[in-house]
Amino acid sequence: MRGITKRFPGVVALNNVSLEARPAEVVALVGENGAGKSTLMKILGGIHQPDAGEIRINGEAVTIHSVNDSMRLGIGFIHQELNVLPNLDVAANVFLGREPRFGGFLNLIDRRRIEAETEKFLKRLGVDISPRAQVGDLSIAHRQMIEIAKALSLDTRLLIMDEPTSSLTLAETNRLLGVVKDLRSHGVGVIYISHRLGEVTEIADRVVVLRDGANAGMLEREETNHDRIVQLMVGRDLRHIHTPKTESTQPHYFVVENLRTRRYPDKPVSFDVGRGEILGVAGLVGAGRTEVAQALFGVEPALGGRAMLDGQELKISSPQEAINKGLCLIPEDRRNLGLIMAWTVRENTTLATLTSYARGGLVDFAAENKAAVEMSSKLRVKTPSVEAQVSQLSGGNQQKVVLAKWLLRKLKVIIFDEPTRGIDIGAKSEIYELINQLAADGAAVIVISSELEEILRISDRIAVMHEGNLTGVLRRAEADEEAIMRLAVGNKYRER
Amino acid sequence: MKKELGIFILLAVLCAITAIKEPVFLSPVNLQNTGKLIGAYGLLGLGLGAVIITGGIDLSVGSVLALLGVLLSIAVKQWGVPGFAAVSLVIAAAAGLGWLHGFLVARVRIQPFIVTLCGLLFYRGLARFVADDETKGFGDASGLEWLQSLATGKLLGIPAPFVLLIVIAALMWVLIHRSVYGRYLFAVGNNEDAARYSGINSKRMIASAYIICATLAGIAAVIFAFDTNSVSPSSHGSFFELYGIAAAVLGGCSLRGGEGSIVGILLGTALLQVLQNLVNLLGIPSSLNFAVMGAVILIGVLADQLLKRKKGKA
Repeated sequence: MRGITKRFPGVVALNNVSLEARPAEVVALVGENGAGKSTLMKILGGIHQPDAGEIRINGEAVTIHSVNDSMRLGIGFIHQELNVLPNLDVAANVFLGREPRFGGFLNLIDRRRIEAETEKFLKRLGVDISPRAQVGDLSIAHRQMIEIAKALSLDTRLLIMDEPTSSLTLAETNRLLGVVKDLRSHGVGVIYISHRLGEVTEIADRVVVLRDGANAGMLEREETNHDRIVQLMVGRDLRHIHTPKTESTQPHYFVVENLRTRRYPDKPVSFDVGRGEILGVAGLVGAGRTEVAQALFGVEPALGGRAMLDGQELKISSPQEAINKGLCLIPEDRRNLGLIMAWTVRENTTLATLTSYARGGLVDFAAENKAAVEMSSKLRVKTPSVEAQVSQLSGGNQQKVVLAKWLLRKLKVIIFDEPTRGIDIGAKSEIYELINQLAADGAAVIVISSELEEILRISDRIAVMHEGNLTGVLRRAEADEEAIMRLAVGNKYRER
Repeated sequence: MKKELGIFILLAVLCAITAIKEPVFLSPVNLQNTGKLIGAYGLLGLGLGAVIITGGIDLSVGSVLALLGVLLSIAVKQWGVPGFAAVSLVIAAAAGLGWLHGFLVARVRIQPFIVTLCGLLFYRGLARFVADDETKGFGDASGLEWLQSLATGKLLGIPAPFVLLIVIAALMWVLIHRSVYGRYLFAVGNNEDAARYSGINSKRMIASAYIICATLAGIAAVIFAFDTNSVSPSSHGSFFELYGIAAAVLGGCSLRGGEGSIVGILLGTALLQVLQNLVNLLGIPSSLNFAVMGAVILIGVLADQLLKRKKGKA
C-alpha cells in the first residue's frame, strides 16, 4: 500500500500512508486510538475506498471495492469483534456461504466434506475442538481459531488480525502467538494490530507505527523495543510528562466500603479517594471496574456495602440521587450512554442542568443557549455552532460535550470510565488537563482506564482490579506498567 | 418545521381539490361537522403522540372509549350520578387506566405493544359485559344539555370539540415543546439510557405519557359518547387508536421515539378527516375508505423518507 489517503467529513483519517507486508513475515501495526490503523485495514478489507494512493499485490496494482474482492485476493481479516454465528456449529461457520454441494435438484450441502475439511484446518492450527461443536458453547479463544480456520480454508496469503488478544487470557494469548508463528512459517504474511507492546516485541519482524493518520516510523526486529515504539506512537517521551502533585488536602474524602456488585456479588471492594486526588483504576476488560462505577452512580445499585462522602453515608439507588449528592459518571459508551446523538450540542450540554434554566417548568431558551455557548467555548469544543448535531463532531469533541454537561454542576466525586477511548491525541491531553483541573478544584476523581500510559500519566494512586477483586493499590512512585500488569492478571500485591 | 409545512401543503391541496369538485365541502354544515370530528379525533392523536414520542404505543384507546362511554351512560342513567361528577369520574378512571399501562410498561418492563394489546381486548370485553352487550345512550339527555353541548354545541359557529382541541393542543404544545418536561420526554424517547445517566427519572417520564394519553382519551370518550348518543359496546371506538396513531405518524412522529410535534399531529388529524370527507363527498365508494387512507399514509411517509434521503446525500 503506497500513499494511501482517506478523508472523512471534517477529518483526514489517513494522510499519504504506506505499508508493506511480505510473505512469511509478521508486521505489527501500532498506534494510539484514532491513529488510523483501523481505517487503513478497512481499505485493505474493501470496506472503505481510498481517496488517493495505490495497492499492489505481487507488484500488480489492484482495486478492492468490496469484502469479496479482498477475499479473492487472498486477504483474510480477523476483526476484534469476532464474526461467528453462535447458533451454528463449527464446520458450518467455517464454510458459511460457500458450502460444498451435492448438486442436483435439491443441491444439498455436503456435510461430510465440510466436516472433514474443517477438521483438517483445526488440526493444522493445533486446536482440539469437534467440527460439530456449537460455536455458542465455545470460548472466545476457540471462536477466534474458527475464524483463522476459515481464513485458511479461503487460501489466505495475507492475514490481518485486529487486536486479536484483547479478550484472551494469558495462556490463550501465548497459544495464539504460537499459531501466528506457525502461519508465518507456512508462508502466510500477517499484519498484526495490537496495543500490547509486549506481544508486539515478541512476535513482530517489523513494527510500523502510525500517528495521527500518517506514518510515524518503522522499526526492524533488532531495533524494536518498548520505549522506541511508545516514543514513535506519541511523538515524544511519555515518561517526562507527568508532574508529581501535592498531597490531597483531605484524604478519605470519598470512602467505599465492601461494595458488592451484581456481577461479582461475593467480591467486596473497598477503596478511598481524597479531595483533589485522582485515583486511577486499572485492570483488564471484565475486571469489574465499570460495575463498581455503575453501582456508585446508582445505575445498577450495589447489593451491599456503603459509600461515604465527607463523613456522611450516601444512600444511592438511582442516578438522580447520585447527581443530587454531587456524584457524576462519564460513561465509557459515549454514543449510547453519554450523549443523545440526534441532538444538538446545546441540548446535550444542558440536559443534566435544564431545571436551572427554567422558570415555572418552562425552558428559558436564552439562558440555556448562553450556558451552552459559554461551556463550549470554555472547553474549546470544535463545532460550527451549539446548534450542530453532536453526531457530526469528532470523538474528542463529543467527549467534551459530555464533560460540558457535567461541568455545569457542582461536583464532589467524578468518575471517568475510559475517558479518552477513541479520541485523538490533541483532544486527549486537553481532557487530561480538565481532569487535573477538576481535582485541583477540590473534587475526588476516579479514572477507570485500560490504557496503562494514561493511568500512569494522570493518577496520584492506582487501584488495580482483577476479576472483581481489588488486587492492590499502588502509589504513583511505586507504580510502573509491570507492577500494574502483575496485579491486573491476579498476582496479589501487598496493600499500602 | 419543514415536515409540518409539507403536510400543510398536502392538506391545502386536498381541500382545494375537494372544494372545486364539490362546493358542498365549503358549506357551513359540512365544515362544522368535519371540524367536530377533527376536534374529537385530535384529542386521541395528541395523547398517542406523547406516548409515541417516548418510543411506546397505546393500542387500547378505542376500547377505553367504549368502556368509558358505557360507564358514563350507566352512571348517569342508572345510578343517577350528576353529570359533572360522572364526567369527572370517567376522566379519573381514564387516568387510572393510563397509570396502570405506565406502571406495566415502565416498572414491570412489559413491551408497550403487549400491555396495550391486552388492554384493547380486556376493556372491550369488560365494556360488553358491563353493558350486557346492549347499546347504551343518554336518551334525550335531559338535565345534561350542557354536557351534550360540549360534543354537539358551537362557540361563535365553531364546533365545541374543535375549540376544546385548540385549547388542549395549545397546552400540550407548551408542555411538549417549551417545558423541561417535554425536553425530558424527547430525551427518554431518543435514548433512555443516556437520559437516565443524565439524572432523568425515565420510568416516571414514560409512565406519565401513558397517563396523558389515557386522560385525553377519557375526555374524548365523553365527547364521542354524547355525540353519537348511542354507545354500542362491541363497536364503539373500534379502530380509533389507529386513527390517532396514523395522525401522529403522518404528523412526523417516529415510532422509534424521540421525534414528533403537536402542530404535525393536528395537521395529520385534519388530513385524515378531510380525506374521509372527500371520500364521502366525491362519491368514491365508501367501502374504499380505509384503502384511500392507507394509501395516503403510505405515500406521506414514503415522500418524507425520500426527502430525508435526498437531504442526507446533499
